[in-house]
Formats: sequence, structure tokens, C-alpha cells
Amino acid sequence: MYKFLARRVLSTIPVLAIVAVLVFLMLRLTPGDPAAILAGDAANTEQIAKIREGLGLDRPLPVQFALWAKSILSGDLGESFYFKMKVTSLIGQRLEATVSLATLTIIVAVFTAVPLGVLAAWRFGGWFDRMLMGFSVMGFSVPVFVLAYILIWIVSLKLGWLPVQGYKPIGDGLWPFLKHLILPSITLSVIYIALIARVTRASVLEALGEDYIRTARAKGLPESRVLIRHALANAAVPIVTVIGIGIALLIGGVVVTESVYAIPGLGRLTVDAVLARDFPTIQGVILFFSVVYVMINLLVDLSYVFFDPRIRY
Amino acid sequence: MNARRFATAAVSFLALCAVHSPSALAQDKVLRIVPHSNLAILDPIWTTAYMSRNHGYMIYDTLFGTDEKNQIKPQMVESWTESPDHRLWTFKLRKGLEFHDGKPVTSEDVVASIARWGKRDAMGTALMTFVDRMDTPAPDTFRIFLREACGFLLEALGKPSSNVLFIMPKRIADTDAFKQIEEHIGSGPYVFKRDEFKPGDKAVYTRNAKYVPRKEPPSGSTGGKNVYVDRVEWNLALRDAQAQANALANGEVDIIEAPAFESIESLKKAAGVQILNPAPAGLQYMARFNHLHKPFDNPAVRRAALAAFSQEPFLKAQVGLKEYYRACPSMFTCGTPYGSPAGSDIQSKSNMRKAQELLKASGYDGTPVVLMKPTDLASIQKLPDVAAQLLRQAGFKVDLQAMDWQTLVGRRAKKDAPDKGGWNMFLTAWQAHDIWNPIANAAMDARGEKSGWFGWASDDKLNDLRAQFMRETDEAKKKKLADAVQSRAFEIATHAPLGEYVQPVAARKNISGFFTTNGNLYWNLKKN
Repeated sequence: MYKFLARRVLSTIPVLAIVAVLVFLMLRLTPGDPAAILAGDAANTEQIAKIREGLGLDRPLPVQFALWAKSILSGDLGESFYFKMKVTSLIGQRLEATVSLATLTIIVAVFTAVPLGVLAAWRFGGWFDRMLMGFSVMGFSVPVFVLAYILIWIVSLKLGWLPVQGYKPIGDGLWPFLKHLILPSITLSVIYIALIARVTRASVLEALGEDYIRTARAKGLPESRVLIRHALANAAVPIVTVIGIGIALLIGGVVVTESVYAIPGLGRLTVDAVLARDFPTIQGVILFFSVVYVMINLLVDLSYVFFDPRIRY
Repeated sequence: MNARRFATAAVSFLALCAVHSPSALAQDKVLRIVPHSNLAILDPIWTTAYMSRNHGYMIYDTLFGTDEKNQIKPQMVESWTESPDHRLWTFKLRKGLEFHDGKPVTSEDVVASIARWGKRDAMGTALMTFVDRMDTPAPDTFRIFLREACGFLLEALGKPSSNVLFIMPKRIADTDAFKQIEEHIGSGPYVFKRDEFKPGDKAVYTRNAKYVPRKEPPSGSTGGKNVYVDRVEWNLALRDAQAQANALANGEVDIIEAPAFESIESLKKAAGVQILNPAPAGLQYMARFNHLHKPFDNPAVRRAALAAFSQEPFLKAQVGLKEYYRACPSMFTCGTPYGSPAGSDIQSKSNMRKAQELLKASGYDGTPVVLMKPTDLASIQKLPDVAAQLLRQAGFKVDLQAMDWQTLVGRRAKKDAPDKGGWNMFLTAWQAHDIWNPIANAAMDARGEKSGWFGWASDDKLNDLRAQFMRETDEAKKKKLADAVQSRAFEIATHAPLGEYVQPVAARKNISGFFTTNGNLYWNLKKN
């Protein structure tokens, strides 16, 4: 187990190195000049050249890469061209909002989708199953921004129950924090509810056809125990895998939701940085996302041990 | 029973959370503003970005300002004298000026601020070519010695738009003009809360209790900068146009600086919302030719394009609402001192047939026009489609290339040929006071590749007329020279003015005290 853990942690090093090189090169190949963007509309070419020099963008690419790599190795992701702040500070400022939104979304999604999926499998072919499948198709099809505007229109503008936009850190109080996250997390969770419910239904359905389920029922166990303790537990591995992928996708996929609800998270930071060709910030954020992806995958792999005793590392 | 108990406990818990949430600011009057863009660069001298300029107006004060009638009026300056030969100017600062760190504003701070600004701003750099030296005979007095008479010294010191001459403490103003300042201390009506600043989220300003406003009523960037709120918060995260409108209608923000024209009608109908027009001077759309490459290296071809660009189609497509746009034959903003139709017949009295004739006579060889279209900048994104259509009708071949604005900004700085990553034409918009005289108007700078603005117009006659304008001190003669500059600019078709529009502001009805400005200024506002 520890060997596996060490091997996986060590394997992140080449992954991050490849990501770093690719991101660095891709950004330099993208059209757009950070110096021209920073200088403003009325600047002339002479002034832009001076700003480019100040940012070190006039140096050869290998030199720029070597300087960046050196700073990364010392734990420094560099300074944003655009915001004039340390990239680590920028990520730190935005992390809470994105993690809060992603966590609440996953909680809503898991606690809604798994029971729905189990019930649909239990009532396979019935009206509930058909309704759930219809809902999941809709969940996949409706764009996030459409759903967001519909929810805002009904819940905020017509009923006045929740705010239209914004984010309050948990330090400002639990209710202000939740109040600002309820609509965004419902909006964002719909697609994950659809995905997780479908996978749960399929996995549980497969498990319900196994011999040990027939045995459990023959022993006279209550149906709820059969479903949860025997069917769901044995169907957990694919469900956990999907949830893990969902978390990883969520961290980077919250851009639209953050934009519509004006949540200052990592998604918005990434968009702002891309639009401003803020190379250090884009590089830093993508490296950060890479670490998060690798770690989540590692956690998912480790969780298999608990759900399926046959799996050993 | 258990469920009921649980529900009661949960409701009580949430209620407690609500009651005990921090409410230190509950008693403060907070003005919540949605600016037109994100604030990233905090140095208003280092960049010409309007957001940085507006941030500057919050925390810095200016020596002079421009009032709503476009007159230069003193702000930090109490009085000034000018020698009979116009070469020595002596300025005295008014009493009670103090930086946010408690130190008094001195003439040394002023001279250092002028020197730094003079290295970056277009009018500033032009002014510095006249300045022989500056000195500070007393802490409240500074002098500017000129090599020769200069006709725009006060206009430069009091210019209202980017780059505005903001006065900073000497230790900050001594920063290299090509490096951004690290400290943000001014002597203006608000104090910047650096510790609360989160780029992309919010910028916070608190009332500067020590600020001594002038007695005159506010007008443009001059007059009394009275602050009636405790705190101003710029919401930098709220950038989706529909979300902004929803937030204003729901009372979650107080002011939207630049609501989308598509939202105006629905906002007019929203309860508690008012639509205002505090900046009637507005903005002007502009098409810029690249003078370095075919086909627009030929003035006759540029004139044919100019003749094709009737303003109405651009305005109709981009703004749509008649009450917010106007055709204007001037390259300077209409309604400002130098706004005139001089020399504009080639565009204002032309038509498509004339454009076609001019193009035929120009010797145009069918070289496609690479026209850059920004897809992500709602405020100008429809203009290139109109330009492409009009150019095609005139007989041009057009290669309309879509890209994001930042790619366009990077690409327009390239002098390469269009088929090697360069360009032929882009369109943009300027606030009135950025183009209102021959020195400020970057598109009329005809110094060519060396220091000219993107497009790199080159014309000795135009440069000579601009130089004469800079030297002229008589207002009537300046007006004539401005007309001559504009006539020459139309003659060689430096660029094409495409009409003007005003940007309305949307605000809650409990916000009052708006005054006529030339930008987005947030003093004198009351929240009831």
C-alpha cells in the first residue's frame, strides 16, 4: 500500500513536468501580446516594447522557461503580469469560493443522485425509473447558463428568496455563505445528478441480478438492507469513480456558473488570465489544477480498497 | 416528533447564524458599483486603461480639471500666474492638501508627479518638449519654465482622461515611469483599501475624512468633491450583462456604470431603477487604417474607404437606440471646443456611388483588406461586420478575421504585412476627451513608425500643423489651426470617425447627486 502511494506520488513529478512544458509552449504560441494588453489603448509601439522588456518577454524562450522552472522548484509560481500579485496569493484568494461551490455541488449531487439511482434500479422499468431517465437526459441537455437564468428569475427575482449574485466567505456567517451558494450549486449539480444517477442505476441494476442478492432476499433480509448493504455497496466502485471524475471536472468546470452568479473563483481567474494573456497566472493555475486532478485520482484509487476488499495495492 | 425537533433546531441554528453574522458595516452607507470592466492595474500613469483612470480619480487629486463646459478650472491649485512671454508659469497650491498617510502635499510632490506623467501621457510628452525646467521656490509653490510659448499647458495639466495628471507623494512619483507603483496613496476624496482589494472580485474605497473639498459645485472633473457615503465597493466579479441587470433590479447593487444597450429597455421598466446620462460628451467610434501596407498605404484608397463609411449604419447596428447616438462629422468630439465639420465632406457628404468611383480612380489592385473583428467585446463587436459590408459594396475585397480583443490588441502592434500576421484595419471607441484636440487624438499623430499610434500615419504637413497648434496661445487661432489639422487628417484619411454615442448609467432610484462628468466619478452621490 505504502509502496503504491509513494509510486503514485512520485509519478506526479513527470506528469507536472510535461504539463509545465506544454503549457509554457502553448501560451507562447497563442496570439496576443501581454505588453500590448497592459499598456492600454492609447499606448504606442515604443511604449509597448518597453513594457515587454520590463516583463522579460523580450528574452529568448529557453531563458524565460529556465527562469520560470527555477522559481517553481523553489515553490514560487511567479508574479502575475496583470494583477501584479503573487500567483499563489491569487489562487489562495479564489480557492475558497471554488472549493465551497464544488463541495456543496458534489454534496447536493451525491445525496440526490445515489438514492434516486438506487430507487430507479429497484423499480426498473416502472414510472419512477422512466421519469428519472427522462430527467437525466434533460439534465445533460440543458445548458448551465439557461438553467441559471431560469432559477434566478423564479427564485430571486419573482420570489425574492435568494440573492441574484455574489459570494460571501464562510467567515461572514453560515447563512450568508449558504444563501449565496444555494442557487449556483443547484444549477451546477443538475448535470452531475443526471450523470451519477444513471451510473448508480446501471451499477445497482447489475448487482441486483447477482446470486448474493437472491441469497440475501432468501434469508429474509428487509429490502432496504438488501438494496443498501448488499446491492449499493457492491456497486460502489463505478459510482465512486464517476464521483471522483465529477469532482475533478467540477474544479475546472465552474467557469460559466461563476460568471453568471458573479462568484470570484478559480474559473473566473483562469478566464481573466487567459483574456489578458497573463502567462504566469495561467501557468500557475493549470499546474495547480494538474496537482488537484492527480490527487483526486489517487484518492479515488485508494477508496477502492474500502469498497472492494478484493482490491489490494 | 424527532423530525419536528430537528427542523426546529435547524431553523434556530440558521437564524442564529443570520443574527450573528458580522455586521460591522451595517450602519455604514455603502455605495455598491458595478464598473464597466475589471480593475487590475492600479497605476493610472503606467497604463491608459479607463478602469485605472477611474481608480485614480477615487484616490488622487489633480492640479486642474475640466468642467462640464470643457473649461479648465483649478482643483489643487489655488492661483497661478503667467509671464507676458508665456514662458514662466507660477502655481500656488491651496491650503489643507494632505495625503492619506497624513503628510502634506508639497510642490516637490507635484513636480515629481508631472515629471513621471510627462514620460507616459501623449499630451504630457508633448508638453515636456516645451519644458526647460521646473522648480519649487516654496512648499506650496512650483514653477514651470518653458523654452518657448506653449498653447496647451493648462489643457495638459487639467486633461480629464487617460493619462490624467494625478498627484502622488514624491517617493512614489519617483518610480520609473515604465514600472508600476507599489504604494497607492493619494490626497483625493477616497482612501484605497489595499488590504481588501481582490482583483476580479472587489475594490474598496473609504471616505477620506480629512479631504477638504472646493467650495464650487461639482462639474466635470472640477469643483467640490464632497463624499456622502462611508464606503464605495466596486463589484469586479459581476460582468455578465444580464446578471448585472438582475442584481440592480433586485437591489443588490446601486449603480451599473455601463449597462448593455440590450438591457436598457427592461431596466427602464424595473421598479426602483433609473437610467441616467451623466456623461453627455459620450464616445466616438473609429476605424483605423494601417498606413504601412497595401492597400491603405495609398491615400486615395483610404479616401475611398472613408467615403464608403456612412456613420448611420454603424450606429444603428451597434447602439440601436436612437436617443443614445448621433452622427458627427468631426474627428474631434462634437460639442467640444474643436468639434467642427471642417474638411469632412469626403465622408459626411459622400455616398456609396462616390466611394466606388474613388476606389476605381485610386488604382486599387484588389488586395484584400484584413479587417480584425473582436468577438468578445460587446461594445464594438458589431462594427466590423458593418465596415466589411460597406467596403465590399464600394468594391473592396475584405478578409474579415474574427479573434478575441486581446489577440487584436497584440496583433495591431505588429508592423508586419497582413499576410505575415499584420493587419489593414481595426475599429475601436474613444471617450470624448481622449480625442478632443489635435494633441490628445492619437490617430492624428502622424510621426509614422517611430512613435506614432497603431496604423502609423506619416505626414509632415499634419505634423507641422499639430506643432503650430501646440505653440499657439490665442484661442481663436487655435480653433483655426484645429480645423486645419482636421482638414488635413481627412485629406490623407488618417482614420474614419464612425459616429458618437452616449453610455447611459443605470442606478437605483435612492441614489442621487449625479452630475455632468466626462467619465465615471463617484463623489457628490447620496444614498437615501
